[in-house]
Amino acid sequence: MPPSSGPAVGMSAVLPTPGTAPANAFPLRSEGVWQAAWKRLRKDRLGMVSMAIVALFVLMIVLTATGLVAKGWQREVGVPSAPPTFLGPAAATESAAALAPTGPVADISAVDPLAPRYAEWAERAAKYKTVETPKAETLPFGGDRVGRDVLSKAMKGTQTSVFVGLMGAIVATLIGTVLGALGGFFGGKVGDFLEWLYSVFTSIPDILLILSFAVIFGRGIGSVAMILALVGWTGLYRQVRAEFIKHSTRDYVRSAEAIGASTTSRMFRHILPNVSHVILVRMSLLVVGFIKYEVILSYLGLGVGVEDVSWGTMLAEAQSELILGNWWQLVAATVFMAVFVTAFSLMTDALRDALDPKLRGLE
Amino acid sequence: MTAYLIRRLWQMIPTLFGVVLLVFFLFKAFGNDPAEILAGLNASQQTVEAIRTQLGLNDPWYVQLGIYFKGIATFDWGRSWATNESVAHLFATRLPATLTVMLPILVLDTLLALPIAMWVAYRRGSLGDRAIMIASTLALSISFLVYIIVGQYVFGFQLGWFPVQGWSDSVLTNLVTYVPLPVMLALLVGVAPQTRLYRTFFLDELGHDYVRTARAKGMTEKTVLFRHVLRNAMVPILTNIGLALPGIFVGSFLIEVFFSIPGLGREVILAVNRSDYPVIQALTVYLAFITMLINLAVDVLYKLVDPRVVLK
Repeated sequence: MPPSSGPAVGMSAVLPTPGTAPANAFPLRSEGVWQAAWKRLRKDRLGMVSMAIVALFVLMIVLTATGLVAKGWQREVGVPSAPPTFLGPAAATESAAALAPTGPVADISAVDPLAPRYAEWAERAAKYKTVETPKAETLPFGGDRVGRDVLSKAMKGTQTSVFVGLMGAIVATLIGTVLGALGGFFGGKVGDFLEWLYSVFTSIPDILLILSFAVIFGRGIGSVAMILALVGWTGLYRQVRAEFIKHSTRDYVRSAEAIGASTTSRMFRHILPNVSHVILVRMSLLVVGFIKYEVILSYLGLGVGVEDVSWGTMLAEAQSELILGNWWQLVAATVFMAVFVTAFSLMTDALRDALDPKLRGLE
Repeated sequence: MTAYLIRRLWQMIPTLFGVVLLVFFLFKAFGNDPAEILAGLNASQQTVEAIRTQLGLNDPWYVQLGIYFKGIATFDWGRSWATNESVAHLFATRLPATLTVMLPILVLDTLLALPIAMWVAYRRGSLGDRAIMIASTLALSISFLVYIIVGQYVFGFQLGWFPVQGWSDSVLTNLVTYVPLPVMLALLVGVAPQTRLYRTFFLDELGHDYVRTARAKGMTEKTVLFRHVLRNAMVPILTNIGLALPGIFVGSFLIEVFFSIPGLGREVILAVNRSDYPVIQALTVYLAFITMLINLAVDVLYKLVDPRVVLK
């Protein structure tokens, strides 16, 4: 299959032009991989719905990243563990306030060594203005232990978790694609070396490799994405390698070689577009896996830093809150994650079906 | 067969060599100075220097690598920096707890998923079939963390059916009291996706000609399913179990952390939190080795299950 042509090329062939045959003329080029896939995808209703949900999430992430939404997630806007608005404010706690002192107020200023300085301190204190911010009794979906808005946190956490997953997947895809292309196209010594590297990385269980990297790289959004990328490239490498081996002997690549296309050009301008659909599907599978790993790492305190919020850190806080009956943070993080992950997985399934119909029904 | 085994074992050496190199240089190049971690925060310069000499950190890297290889070859993994416990002893004492939890999970997962998968594959497209598919998508979309948090809260704290966490010295007490809750939660997450996977294996086999032939011969459905389809589907299923096997040594780490089970997985997390390099390094090399051995065992098992498979 040739690399995809823009829609304009196909269109111009269909439009009747004076002097040539009318509408039923042959298109100049057959429709490309992506065009055909898009047509198939449009018919998949579940796929389109999940795509729309993912698009909504992307919109929300863009809004939080630019600071238009959930900017003040770190502000303590409510009372500690403020319940959601639909539940009403928390009942007053039973513990009675300390009893007010009874009896006459004795004047002890004669013996109080600090007495002469009270007036001076009061004067100095008056120079500073303190603003008493009223703390909300309830928040739209409740507050956490220190009174931060759970809804804002969940939105900001979505940004962090999805960013880590996406970033990790993109880097892993780059590593896997470049190494797979090299290994598949050249074979020989390079291929053997890469195969050895692959066997080394895959012989160590994923989670152990991730933890080993986590010890070394420390915490933070960037390092988690990096760790996941360094561990997760292997599957993609293997598949890209297999595709490159298959394609490198195909006629179109040989023709390209015959007309003098350079090695790089053959690898990345000729073969790569023809295997890009495989890469895209693999990459979206990685995103889901990486998001789950990020949540686990952050829960264990090895993920994003303390100044960030992610679904994992929210779940870590939620564990102790649940015992006190404050379920809202747990529910918020779970629902956001479940909806996104389900929609993204269904979208990946639809993408796979659309881009690679041979794989349909094969899991 | 013997020649095959020897060749496969021989091929493991470069890979294992690579794993050791990777682990060694990873920690050497990017890790913090072990002497400073060991000495603690209030150490004097002399203490740090003394530890450095003691660990051989002042030697050139190839000498250190040599010592490292020697340690691996003689199964002397060194001692934990945090507790001074020898790593070999650590393995021996932590592994039983891990296996006590993980073996039941693996066995029950397979035993539950197999019949369900066979049933839904047989009645493809029915309501039960679709329910399983939806359940597995949903089960996988929620983090395992949530299952554990909610499970401990509901079954341990609210209903009081099981202890929230704990462990004892007796295997029987562990199996009866402490293991059921983690196993149940793991099955809740694991069975549906497992079923979904096995279903595709069965579907694949059910489409083959030999099934039609068997039916045409007048065999009962039971014979067709259990004597023909099941045996053929066992090949991919065994691979899958083989792939899951190395996971039982460490895959349980979330369960172990949550339920305070003194197993290998929890030890890894502890080591990571304490920057206990010898334990992490030894565990990584050791588990890589186990993974390779298990993969070899699975390949040999193929031959036993399916005589058509030629080992090369």
